[in-house]
Amino acid sequence: MAVNNNAKKISVVPFGPQHPVLPEPIHLDLVLKDEKVVYALPSIGFVHRGLEKLVEKRDYEQFVLIAERTCGICSFGHGMGYVEAIEKIMNLDIPPRAKFLRTMWAELARMHNHLMWLGLQADAFGFESLFMECWRLREKVLDMLELTTGGRVIFSVNKVGGLRKDVTPEMLEQILHTIDDLEKECRVVTDTFLGDPDVLSRMKGVGVLTPGRAEELGCCGPFLRASGVKRDCRMLGYEAYGELKFEPIVSYDGDCYARCVVRIEELYQSMDLVRQCIAKMPGGDIDVKVKGNPNGEYMVRIEQPRGEALYYVKANGTRFLTRYRNRTPTYANIPGLIETIKGAELADVAMMILTIDPCISCTER
Amino acid sequence: MAFLPYVGMALKNLFSKPATESFPAGEREYTDRYRGHIENDIEKCILCGNCQRNCPSGAIKVSKADFTWEIHPFSCVQCSKCVEVCPVKCLSMVNSFTGIPSRSPARRRQRS
Repeated sequence: MAVNNNAKKISVVPFGPQHPVLPEPIHLDLVLKDEKVVYALPSIGFVHRGLEKLVEKRDYEQFVLIAERTCGICSFGHGMGYVEAIEKIMNLDIPPRAKFLRTMWAELARMHNHLMWLGLQADAFGFESLFMECWRLREKVLDMLELTTGGRVIFSVNKVGGLRKDVTPEMLEQILHTIDDLEKECRVVTDTFLGDPDVLSRMKGVGVLTPGRAEELGCCGPFLRASGVKRDCRMLGYEAYGELKFEPIVSYDGDCYARCVVRIEELYQSMDLVRQCIAKMPGGDIDVKVKGNPNGEYMVRIEQPRGEALYYVKANGTRFLTRYRNRTPTYANIPGLIETIKGAELADVAMMILTIDPCISCTER
Repeated sequence: MAFLPYVGMALKNLFSKPATESFPAGEREYTDRYRGHIENDIEKCILCGNCQRNCPSGAIKVSKADFTWEIHPFSCVQCSKCVEVCPVKCLSMVNSFTGIPSRSPARRRQRS
């Protein structure tokens, strides 16, 4: 009987949901042929909590707390996106100081997310001391957030109509001071990422995604910008972004190194944006009075640290909303991930999964 | 492109003190605004139940008959909504943790 020798060489290796390198559980069935990945079949659903259904049980003002707790790292963005959608439905005009403070906190959240990602990426290719160094620097950003909002990752400062807490000038001074110190220390770490020969050999030329294919698959965020497509939702000018000067950061190689470069440049760009926000911070109130219930529907797009996130809210005039839908960036990037993994070595798969900056808690609320 | 740029930092880290704090052996310094736990100044409390009605996670239980106010620390999400809606301002957010939740099930305050 003839035996198909090719069929013997294929093996299926399960990756996840528990894996030392993954921050959150995702399962991939890797179809391997002699240690090279031929295809990957994803399965998600390990942390589905049904948060979108809870919108029927908590009124629209309390739901901010739940929307924020969708994810620990992108939490400010989720709270802000939800609150913006409700404010647009109710035609509330929030004061400029609230817009600038929200932008400042959003950029601080971006900084701590990118520092965390840099650490996880270093851990994925085995450079543990660089991982610890990045996270030590991240603690400084978390200290700034604790100083102003009271929490390290879950801030609870957004509310419908503005903000719940104001910031004193001394706190802004301290933030500027910390960012100056942080920038100097970050230079050493980012020079290692960009220049160290061991790091380069792991990341350059690995996991290439062409720009046409990235757009076709619907990728977003730094994953897309690293393939050369200039798309950044902050250019839409929501909150105070319309008054700040910046350009989207793009890299053209499309490999893991390019994604690293984009995130490193975004880290420094965020520091600059925080400085701009503090310099232009207007005085005044931080909230407006909210009367009545929302009635209507609206969709908001914001640029989370991981990519473009959509927030759709539908209200019918009562205290409880009928629908809240949140399309998160990782959900859109998973097809791109599957495409990148094809043809990779098994040892590189862990690192490639991390280059999309997966946030599985967001993906499966 | 420097040659092995991380070596300087690695050597410095070898001879400096650890970046982590040895909590709970050492002190953990919280900032003023840190959202730790809720405290009730029970003598001022009028047991109106506003905090119980507005708590999004149902962590507070007020009993007018027994003159008690209690909070389940593990259910509290430290949102400060109770602090905002209290009419006599007897509730406050204190910036420290109270202990291990499994060993302190509910924090009860009794009014005299």
